[in-house]
Amino acid sequence: MAKWGMVIDLDKCSACQACVVACQAENNIPNSNPESAAKGRNIHWLEMIPFIEEEYPNTQMKLVPRPCMHCEHPPCIKVCPVGATQISSEGIVGQINARCIGCRYCTAACPYTVKSFNWFKPQWAKGMERALNPDVTVRYNGVVEKCTFCHHRLQKAKDKARYEGRELGPDDYIPACVQTCPSEAMYFGDLDNPKSKVAILARSRRAFQLLEDLGTHPKVIYLNEGV
Amino acid sequence: MDLSKAFEHDEKILLKPIQEANRNFYITVGLLSLIVGWGFYAYFQQFQNGLGVTGLNRPVYWGFYITNFVFFIGISHAGTLISAILRIAQAEWRRAITRSAEVITVMVILFGVASILMDLGRPDRIINIIKFGRFQSPLLWDVTSITIYLTGSTVYLYLPLIPDIAIMRDKTKKRKWLYTVLALGWEGTPKQWHRLELAISVMAILVIPVAVSVHTVVSFVFAMTVQPMWHSAIFGPYFVVGAIYSGIAALIVAMALIRWVYKLDDYLKDIHFTNLGILLFVFTLLWTYFTFAEYLTTFYGAEPTHMAVFWSKFNGEYKYEFWGMVVCCLVIPGIILSNRKLRTIKGSVFASLAITVGMWLERFIIVVPTLANPRLPYERGVYHPTWVELSLLAGCFAFFILLYVLFTKFFPIVSIWEIAEGRKHAVAEVAGRVKTYLPDTYGEMHGVVVSGQEEKTILKDIQQ
Repeated sequence: MAKWGMVIDLDKCSACQACVVACQAENNIPNSNPESAAKGRNIHWLEMIPFIEEEYPNTQMKLVPRPCMHCEHPPCIKVCPVGATQISSEGIVGQINARCIGCRYCTAACPYTVKSFNWFKPQWAKGMERALNPDVTVRYNGVVEKCTFCHHRLQKAKDKARYEGRELGPDDYIPACVQTCPSEAMYFGDLDNPKSKVAILARSRRAFQLLEDLGTHPKVIYLNEGV
Repeated sequence: MDLSKAFEHDEKILLKPIQEANRNFYITVGLLSLIVGWGFYAYFQQFQNGLGVTGLNRPVYWGFYITNFVFFIGISHAGTLISAILRIAQAEWRRAITRSAEVITVMVILFGVASILMDLGRPDRIINIIKFGRFQSPLLWDVTSITIYLTGSTVYLYLPLIPDIAIMRDKTKKRKWLYTVLALGWEGTPKQWHRLELAISVMAILVIPVAVSVHTVVSFVFAMTVQPMWHSAIFGPYFVVGAIYSGIAALIVAMALIRWVYKLDDYLKDIHFTNLGILLFVFTLLWTYFTFAEYLTTFYGAEPTHMAVFWSKFNGEYKYEFWGMVVCCLVIPGIILSNRKLRTIKGSVFASLAITVGMWLERFIIVVPTLANPRLPYERGVYHPTWVELSLLAGCFAFFILLYVLFTKFFPIVSIWEIAEGRKHAVAEVAGRVKTYLPDTYGEMHGVVVSGQEEKTILKDIQQ
């Protein structure tokens, strides 16, 4: 069984944020507005977070793309009272929006703060509703949502492979952010397959994970020189 | 001794609040209802538009509602737990205060539950807790524990009410049908008394572990996560101590109000306030000890993620709440309650009001700063409640007081039969009990009866 994982090479990332835009478009994430941004209520499945090292004048700033870590041992799943957030056999941490009661326990328990809550009914600028992706459910007021590694793409890819009578190939399924990255800083694949590109990169000397010491075993691995 | 006259007097005084309602009562009920109505309006706004009408954000996902939840569940420890402990310990001074304590539990726990419902993004899906409930989640532990506690406390409030309801059925004219139903055919036969006393003592023992479990699992909601300054092993006992602490404070305030409004100075006497004041002081010290242990461990360990939360409390965005808590929960009660001259009724009530405010702040200071300072230091939230949250807090308080006031108009707030029982048996019983603590006299040791007539009757009473 595959264990899907992502590798983000920070040395190659130009912080253009194309991945963020691709994610918003792919996953029907509602448009934000200045008020919600000021209140810290924007919904992001993938977000650029500033990573500042050293003091002025030696300041080094990096923008780090941060999707859901899809932990092997996710703290969010343990606490959900209704099982609305679950990990699939292929390691993808998903959210059942239709079951979520909106208690926000998972959002409070996630050490990476990557889950978002729908504070209001999601809204799009006029005309934008017609650009919604039909493969992804539009969420509603009062539920939690999160990055799913574009799970719908996996389902589609599996269907296609089945229809064509072949195994799922390494390039059949990649999330929108990885597909979009112009500097090819993002990789996606099966971490369980030792010959896959992500597995090889994950063993790199440059590899690290966010908050490794919490024992959550994130399946998003970063590469950075000097870390 | 003419006991029957004393009983008549007790009944007259204690049934008076039920039979009469003056203008002040209607004004109070009217005002409280207005606040409750306003609270409903605020909730309606939230229900219509979404939780966005609150001041919550990312990463401060929990705010006033969860604070209220922990606070109200804490207050609920006033009644059933204290009453049960006093009953089991055979503390004779309990007789006049148990009822008013038990009512607090049952009424306030409703608002603990309501606070959780207010906090849900989808209250319409609450049935999912039963349909898809997972026992791995601490929230399910809460649901279970609180349900048992609410049921248990209601039964524990109701059982000792039965003889009093029977008195009202027999002696009052108002709402006769209600009391007839609720009295469950109570006639006061020895068999019924025996069963009632057995049931009360069983409930008193059962309800103690449940009460302790309730606030322990409330604390586990926080302690089971890995978030800084939540993931603490002492949270269970710390929350229980804080709960009983705020509970006693609430009980003192409630008793003082009852005494003042219904002029029950003869029943809720100074000694009750003194005893509860001493108990409150013990809990001031216990609470301080736990708080000290919690914060010193964090400070000395000095993990950066924990220290971010620590400093936000000590001199950051939440310093007013934090130091307000220290003043209200330690300084004010510490000074007042440790001093015999200040530990008067007025003094204890003032200290109790301070503790009630302080313990709310304590709950706030536990919930919010941790969320505002998550492990990955990119989202730094600042939380300011909106009018909706403030209205709902006011609404919950008003609704609680309203239910309490209405209870005192339907049922005697001081147990009539327990006072009568105290008058009839307690004095002899206590004297006999004290005698069993003492070394035997010469005569008893040598099998010679030397004591007088009075002592014989006492010994007879004990044997019975």
